[in-house]
Amino acid sequence: MHAILYDNTKCVGCGACMMACREQNHLPETDAPDLTDKQFTVLKTAAGKDGEVHYRRLCMHCLDPTCASVCPVGALHKTASGPVVYNADICLGCRYCVQACPFGIPKYEWTSLTPRVRKCNFCADRLAQGKINACAEACPYGATIAGDRESLLTEARARLAAEPGKYVPKIFGEHDAGGTSVLMLSSIPFAAMGLPVNLPDEPMPMLTFRVLSKIPPLVAVGASVLTGLYWLTRRKEAVARAEGRVPATAAACEDTPR
Amino acid sequence: MKQVRLLFWRIAALVILAGGAYATWVRFTQGLGASTHLNDHAPWGLWIGFDILCGVGLAAGGFAITTAVYILHLEKLRPIVRPTILTAYLGYMLVVVGLMFDLGRPWNIWRAMVLWNPHSVMFEVAWCVMLYSTVLMLEFSPMLFERLKWYAAVRVVKRVVVPLVGLGFLLSTLHQSSLGSLYLIMPTKLHPLWYSPILPILFWISAVAAGLGMVIFESGLSARAFGRALEFDVLQSVAKVMAAFLSLFLVVRFLDLAWRGALPQAFRLAGPGSYEAGMFWLETALLALPILLVSIPRVRAHPQALVACSAVVVGGFLVNRLNVSTTGLDASSGVHYFPSWMEIAVTMSIVVVGLNLFRLAARYLPVFHDATHGEKPRHAAYAES
Repeated sequence: MHAILYDNTKCVGCGACMMACREQNHLPETDAPDLTDKQFTVLKTAAGKDGEVHYRRLCMHCLDPTCASVCPVGALHKTASGPVVYNADICLGCRYCVQACPFGIPKYEWTSLTPRVRKCNFCADRLAQGKINACAEACPYGATIAGDRESLLTEARARLAAEPGKYVPKIFGEHDAGGTSVLMLSSIPFAAMGLPVNLPDEPMPMLTFRVLSKIPPLVAVGASVLTGLYWLTRRKEAVARAEGRVPATAAACEDTPR
Repeated sequence: MKQVRLLFWRIAALVILAGGAYATWVRFTQGLGASTHLNDHAPWGLWIGFDILCGVGLAAGGFAITTAVYILHLEKLRPIVRPTILTAYLGYMLVVVGLMFDLGRPWNIWRAMVLWNPHSVMFEVAWCVMLYSTVLMLEFSPMLFERLKWYAAVRVVKRVVVPLVGLGFLLSTLHQSSLGSLYLIMPTKLHPLWYSPILPILFWISAVAAGLGMVIFESGLSARAFGRALEFDVLQSVAKVMAAFLSLFLVVRFLDLAWRGALPQAFRLAGPGSYEAGMFWLETALLALPILLVSIPRVRAHPQALVACSAVVVGGFLVNRLNVSTTGLDASSGVHYFPSWMEIAVTMSIVVVGLNLFRLAARYLPVFHDATHGEKPRHAAYAES
């Protein structure tokens, strides 16, 4: 599966990735400091040990994406090659994806009358043509590199082993929320990059699927219990009648006039 | 005096509807951004929190009362079956109206019928609401058929009413609980006072309690509006069951909080977390107080007091659902969401339309006929007050 590895120790914050992303997705110039419906990747800065650290944010392209799991019509889905893509034509606009994404990635076109969910699509078109992601291609310092997920994990482990003092000892995205197609290495705590650090290793969709999978047995049990109660209470009433007692409350009127 | 009060309510309703009409125009000509305070940090607001979560929950009386009468043969409750079904049916219709405002692309709603994603809680809710609305329509239909004197049609519905009610119970149980399951996927976002793996169970219990509260409240309102007898002994029984469900809710809620170790969060009365703690205690107080009141025989014996208790339950339920859908997400979202006046106007307009549809249906359809015939109004004084 295709993935990218971003290493903020190599990033100088030049903005080539942002520019390439804008061009690739035909987005307007913007100076927004965060991801928006018109900006799919963003460079930010945080304080590090030796001065400013630049870091990048973009859709993580989860292996088992929360957004795809919550969408009632499957307007978002994870493709076999890696990208999590969106189809506006079938989207209802319920915004459950915006609400549920643990990384706060999907943005909404609030001012549009035909609003779409907007986010990085991992350059799905380019990947289909055999090219690599526009941001990775544009990066002059090798901070963002593209490749097969397994080989990028090997590369990341090698970097961590070679210079352990330089990095936080973790590859973000290796296991978080079940793993992601965007992997990150950092010299500052991942929380300082605005990444959620308390995510379970289990994919988020399991949280709801565990409950949803109980529905068929619940329906079967519920239907049996209801049927049982129906017969039981009716029988009780019949017995009361047979014994010459009028069931106290049965005198209430019928639903229909004759 | 009564005239003046009536005039006041009419003017208030007109003002609300005028605001709602303007807000509707803005919503559908300029979009969600122009009409709401929703944004990327708070993508769900009042229309989800109130119109959907509360609307569906308050209509839970429909499945609870019909199940009691048709499955458990509690014939005593039969007089309130029809008004309850009417309330639930109108409730679900209005939920769909609210959904049309909230969905960004409402014209695509039919796609949920053909594009299935069984992993999505939203998909399950959509199907259950759709099917249960159909069930409610069928349960409601005899009122219309009787009015039209189509007795053959009435008999057909009557023949299938028991399985229909059973189906309604199952569908309601599924989607009432699933509205809670919607939030299970946000463990890192929803505040620990509200995030719980048993949210679906808590949602189901509280919906039954609030649905029964709504039955009492609605009976009180309509008795007053139509100068009709209040089925008081029936409502007293309903109130006892309501109190039982409220107690069950609070016991399960606090056991869950304690088990998850989230109880200390409720005592952060200053600094960060105090807003959530305050809202938690408001919700808890409103849901606990009626248990206490209903347990006092003197309160229970007083129709107006009983109706007031039920109003408190409904209020507590509203706070609970809005806490889950907005308060509990405030801290993690980094923004404080408060609805725009247009969101509020649309929501209030939907409530006003609902009340008026109920009034029209009660006037022109045989909703209460089996409640009063041959009986003298027992609490005439209340009906006239």
